[in-house]
Amino acid sequence: MAQKRLGKQTVVLVNPPSIISTATIVGPKEGEGPLKGYFDLVLEDDLWGEDSWEKSEAKLQQEAVKLALFKSKMVPSQVDYLFGGDLLNQIISSAYAARSLKIPFFGLYGACSTKSESLSLGAMSIDGGFADTVVCVTSSHFSTAERQYRFPLEHGNQRPPTAQWTVTGSGASVLSSKGNGPYITHITTGRIIDPGIVNANNMGSAMAPAAADTIIQHFKDTGFKPENYDLIITGDLASLGKDIAEELIVKEGYDISKIFMDCGIEIFDAERQDTHAGGSGCGCSAVVFAGYLYEMLKSKKYNKIMLVSTGALHSPTIMQQGESIPGIAHAVTISNER
Amino acid sequence: MDFIKVFIVGGIICVIGQIIMDTTKLTPAHVLVLFVTSGVVLTAIGIYEPIVKFGGAGATVPLPGFGYALGKGVIEAVNKDGIIGAFTGGITATAGGVAAAVFFGYLMAVIFTPKTK
Repeated sequence: MAQKRLGKQTVVLVNPPSIISTATIVGPKEGEGPLKGYFDLVLEDDLWGEDSWEKSEAKLQQEAVKLALFKSKMVPSQVDYLFGGDLLNQIISSAYAARSLKIPFFGLYGACSTKSESLSLGAMSIDGGFADTVVCVTSSHFSTAERQYRFPLEHGNQRPPTAQWTVTGSGASVLSSKGNGPYITHITTGRIIDPGIVNANNMGSAMAPAAADTIIQHFKDTGFKPENYDLIITGDLASLGKDIAEELIVKEGYDISKIFMDCGIEIFDAERQDTHAGGSGCGCSAVVFAGYLYEMLKSKKYNKIMLVSTGALHSPTIMQQGESIPGIAHAVTISNER
Repeated sequence: MDFIKVFIVGGIICVIGQIIMDTTKLTPAHVLVLFVTSGVVLTAIGIYEPIVKFGGAGATVPLPGFGYALGKGVIEAVNKDGIIGAFTGGITATAGGVAAAVFFGYLMAVIFTPKTK
């Protein structure tokens, strides 16, 4: 009998792991955005001395992990598991980062939902007593994502107003069975919801119903009310998707409008930076969480937040075959109190 | 006066492409294929020739102009060599453009590396 389950999709962590340190590395565009003060390292050149963007993204992830561990005065050999993921085929950024880190590695793919997926699995393995220290890391890179999912950069294609801008960056979080918080206390794992959207330039609308479904289910499972939270923040719904999700959640009787934000909206200044609907990618919620939100939790400006990274689980091949985009969202409650 | 005519014709063709991209789900690749084939069709039914006469490079440089060159090459080759010209005429007429695209494309790829937007 699973004793830590709560309702249909939620688990409660009896021994909640503490997030003891985080690290963020971002590209130049992210470093010009509104959250620039919260990142550890802003790259001047998104190739970062490598000869391809793919190699640069692997380096982003590898260095983010090392930096996060350094802040906790640890080295990779002291880590029990690495939970990593990214957007590229065969999740190469994570695999090549893990190649040099030599930490036992679980490779994850949840598209842009991978950040909260990695935090979920990392937290569960600590709570279950299978690990004392784990690192959860994800990354994305504008140029690697653009040429895999859309067009070669040489093509210089136009982007419609609903399009989002893939964040260049990596965020790593070190989770430990010891430490003084903030703690991961609840996990609500999302199911796939597909509203039937076939336009890959409108991912926010494709993921919004999944985000709403997970958030509503979290309230039902835990009995929490919106008032229990200081902030509920989705991964990369961007301006279009956020409005849709908010409407769906409010309609169910949970008025989250005052505390509802989206990492994709916060990371860029859409007007000034010409990013259209907002940021996206595994790196988006990763750097917003590991940079800005972690700082807010540490300084007690926020005491209890729900991070809901959102993913669009399609591929260019299946889109060409006319299929719609399956959306997913995973929620993680992070609190300063156990 | 020639410049104005060229600008207007070329501009209208580009505006049509932009409107298609903004209002439909067609991608730039769809528009490319659509423009080239419509250039061929319009040439075959005799509509594109007068547009070229009026607009010059404004009609021959954009994508339908490539279709025009293909169509016109076929018509001329069929008149000269018979039905086999339907297969050889288009490629013969556009050979210079295709070879130049490959050559300059290669040259640019050697000289430059792509950058993030």
